[in-house]
Amino acid sequence: MTYTRLRTEERMLLDAFEHIGVDVTPIDLRTEVFNPAELDRWGSYDAVIDRSLSLTNTLTSVRLLEGLGIRCINPLSAIELCSDKLATTISLIRSGVPTPEVRVATTYQAGLEAIEAIGYPAVIKPTVGSWGRLVARVNDRDAAEAVLEHRETLGSAQQHVFYIQEHIDKPDRDIRVFVVGGQPIAAIMRSSQHWVTNTARGATAEGIDITDELRELSINAASATGADIVAVDILECPTHGMLVNELNHSMEFRNSMDTTGVNIAEHVARHAAQIAEDARIPSEVGA
Amino acid sequence: MSQTLINEATCPECDATVGFDRSPLNGEIAHCIDCSSELEVISTAPITLELAPEVEEDWGE
Repeated sequence: MTYTRLRTEERMLLDAFEHIGVDVTPIDLRTEVFNPAELDRWGSYDAVIDRSLSLTNTLTSVRLLEGLGIRCINPLSAIELCSDKLATTISLIRSGVPTPEVRVATTYQAGLEAIEAIGYPAVIKPTVGSWGRLVARVNDRDAAEAVLEHRETLGSAQQHVFYIQEHIDKPDRDIRVFVVGGQPIAAIMRSSQHWVTNTARGATAEGIDITDELRELSINAASATGADIVAVDILECPTHGMLVNELNHSMEFRNSMDTTGVNIAEHVARHAAQIAEDARIPSEVGA
Repeated sequence: MSQTLINEATCPECDATVGFDRSPLNGEIAHCIDCSSELEVISTAPITLELAPEVEEDWGE
């Protein structure tokens, strides 16, 4: 298991692996020096589950390890699809999974036209980012001009990609479904008075039943990205029904185990162990 | 020295003792009960703590 900070989730996973009798090696990516030609060491692992907090570390390590033929959880292609909102949107649209309407532009003027095309209020997001950071709702043209100008002037080149999403007038809440091995295992509803319903931004969570609609939607969304283990965030649109907003390839779950009564860590550990078992070369004995 | 004492370290913010139920790993996150600081284990022999870094740009789920 690779990591950059050993948070509660990573400790829970280590405990879960131990509980089910799987030998797992915690690897701190910050101290790792990779040698792409060093096949022997990495070849001793049946699979690697990535739990890095840093997307840069995740992409670097998984790219290297998958390149060496190691089965990574999640696969690189799934991480790339989940970690970039534009890539997520494209994969959802191509798979016929309902998702909010989006426009993308790379200049101030085109961004302004895109927002006007979506209509107010609109939501501007960085294509890569998490925990609701730099997500802005613009209610009118003045706000749109201000946000675009700030991003274009002060932001990095990546922030000059304007990912503009229709604002969903959801009922102060959204839904997260945890999907492991293609099966939804738990779901929570996150509520907040703030329009960004992210627990990292203070939203509160409660466990909910997985309805047939949530089941189908979350399975299809996970399948669209090819992720082994993923959290699917869903918005309830009053006019278009359930819409998949985004997917998280390295989900946090510490606050969702008590609220759902589901041992998410053990589900993840068991599925990862099964993948490792399937990936094991028959003549090899290793962990 | 008891096992409990081995799994203790000093909070770099307030000098309080921070205990661990078991041997921590590098990168493990701990919280100081006294001053509420979020701490990170930067070495395990002996256990040394420093203030955990603030959220960085590419962190997330």
